[in-house]
Amino acid sequence: MSSEWPLFEVFIRGQHGLSHRHVGSLHAPDAEMALKNARDVYTRRNEGVSIWVVESARITASSPGDKGPLYAPSESKIYRHPTFYDIPDDVEAM
Amino acid sequence: MYAQMVKTAGHGIKPRDRMTPQERAFQDRIDAGEKIEPKDWMPDEYRATLIRQIGQHAHSEIVGQLPEGNWITRAPTLERKAILLAKVQDEAGHGLYLYSACETLGVSRDELIAMLHAGKMKYSSIFNYPTLNWADIGAVGWLVDGAAIMNQVQLQKTSYGPYARAMVRICKEESFHQRQGFSIMMKMAAGTPAQKRMAQDALNRLWFPSLMMFGPPDKDSAHTAQSMAWKIKINTNDELRQRFVDQTVPQIDYLGLERPDPDLKWNPDKADGKGGFDYSDPDWAEFFAVLKGNGPCNTDRMKARVDAWEQGAWVRDGLSAHAAKRAARSAQQTAAQ
Amino acid sequence: MEKNAALFQFLCRMGDNTLVLGHRVSEWCGHAPVIEEDIALANTALDLLGQTQLWLELAGTVEGKGRSADDLAFLRDVWDFRNLLLVERPNGDFGHTLLRQFLFDAWQNIILARLTESRDQRIAEIAEKAAKEAAYHVERSSGTVIGLGDGTDESHRRMQAALDRLWPYVGEMFCGDAADQTLAAAGIAPRPEDLRSAWDAHVNAVLDAATLARPDSDFAHKGGRDGTHTEHLGYILADMQFLQRAYPGAAW
Repeated sequence: MSSEWPLFEVFIRGQHGLSHRHVGSLHAPDAEMALKNARDVYTRRNEGVSIWVVESARITASSPGDKGPLYAPSESKIYRHPTFYDIPDDVEAM
Repeated sequence: MYAQMVKTAGHGIKPRDRMTPQERAFQDRIDAGEKIEPKDWMPDEYRATLIRQIGQHAHSEIVGQLPEGNWITRAPTLERKAILLAKVQDEAGHGLYLYSACETLGVSRDELIAMLHAGKMKYSSIFNYPTLNWADIGAVGWLVDGAAIMNQVQLQKTSYGPYARAMVRICKEESFHQRQGFSIMMKMAAGTPAQKRMAQDALNRLWFPSLMMFGPPDKDSAHTAQSMAWKIKINTNDELRQRFVDQTVPQIDYLGLERPDPDLKWNPDKADGKGGFDYSDPDWAEFFAVLKGNGPCNTDRMKARVDAWEQGAWVRDGLSAHAAKRAARSAQQTAAQ
Repeated sequence: MEKNAALFQFLCRMGDNTLVLGHRVSEWCGHAPVIEEDIALANTALDLLGQTQLWLELAGTVEGKGRSADDLAFLRDVWDFRNLLLVERPNGDFGHTLLRQFLFDAWQNIILARLTESRDQRIAEIAEKAAKEAAYHVERSSGTVIGLGDGTDESHRRMQAALDRLWPYVGEMFCGDAADQTLAAAGIAPRPEDLRSAWDAHVNAVLDAATLARPDSDFAHKGGRDGTHTEHLGYILADMQFLQRAYPGAAW
């Protein structure tokens, strides 16, 4: 028979306080084994304090063609960035 | 370089005016140094070439476990044993990262493995040479990993995002591999006469096969131009080979070993006056014979891989079946609630 | 038995178990059924090797004859090895290897937890470090035994066969002798007999979940803890000690 184990994406929190970050993929029969495999494969050098795994097929991704509509609008909203505001240097703690 | 002789798909570089607008936009992105990501449009030939190259690279990591694995149970101290095991384990990890990168191109790991086992994909010729004495473990780390790193460092800049990211991770992990190899060589070269003999023997046997890792000379290497235009190959075979020779000869001298090739001599006129070492060409007939399956270890290496895969089928199936049972049970439980 | 001799014997038993089992597990490197398992097995072997260094180094210190961990590992002959027969059994198939690992992990996890309370601070410290590794090992091997036991018909059959084959090597883990009594009385190490009920509880639960039948027989092969081994250990040492024996005195 042999159907291939599903592919999982692995996310690791490198240090306390940081977000989880995508580090790579692996195969496992289910999510629980994927978590163990992730520990063995992706934390061999003390890389993490917390691991998430998610089956790759469950991820919904934007398609590259949407890049314009999805991200371009935010480019014009420069007022969301702190440097937009001109505050005199002598105003402290800003 | 674990990817040698990767045949580039297509028929060489298309002149710009014969490219479709899509192809032109694609080439522009690469020329601008942008990364191509899995869901981006890409020419079929780019995809096919990458599958061959990354797949061959991945296979090389996995088959590459075998020659070094040959000495794990015979490593001479507890520490050497741990270092070697950790290193060979890293190679398995690198194979895994590379298979994953390849999978983003729409081919599964199992399909790639099936192609390897059917002889439709290759792995680096170097792993068809035997490790005959303990110094080989030093020489493999020093020369073989040294040669591989030379190629991998520049591949961190390759145009395909997942491949480049795998390379970044691999290069970070590889940094200890070459050093541990050289540290073994230092011990051996400074050791008893028997150890020194092992070191010289390993160097002599592995020198030319290491040079072969860079692939045939540029003049005989078809398809390089297209791969370089796509930035899935950054330097030519001869450039990298020369760089490797120039880096390694002083290390041979440092160890106090004899140079394995009498023609290894400094030539101040090389490289437009910057200088470089002259060296003898490896025996390319031997190289092609090894690629065809006639290296000293080809059949043993393939048998070991095929056996591991076939004898492991019941394990993969068993754990799959259990996962399916568990999923069914938990679905049943949810339904009952 | 005099306390220092008992202590040396105990430390050799701990270190030889991890040395020989680590050696066996390392034989899989490059040959496992799937890359993820290859990497996981290597992690286990590396943990065991690291523990070996600690146990045997302390053994050398306790013995007081200036022998290092490497001296003990590479320059003793079979009769001086004190490991359980279980760990020197050949790997067999992957299921057999994992089942052997599971039987050992379940025991090691329990004894290490007890040793963290040893009155000998040096032992407690090694146990503290090793216990974390063992806790993960037993979790992983238990999961795999359950998965393969409760997998396909073939995987179930193979796991049951492995269990039946290895069961006679279980009893030795729980057979104490005079050295054990001495150490137990001094609060240094638990009596092997006292670990059995916790081991049974864990193993029974896993076998149950794995749908594997626990063999009835209580027969136990013994001798490893006293230096009378199976034929297999000699070959392990022939491999492991080759360089040290063939080139005495060389530095590696």
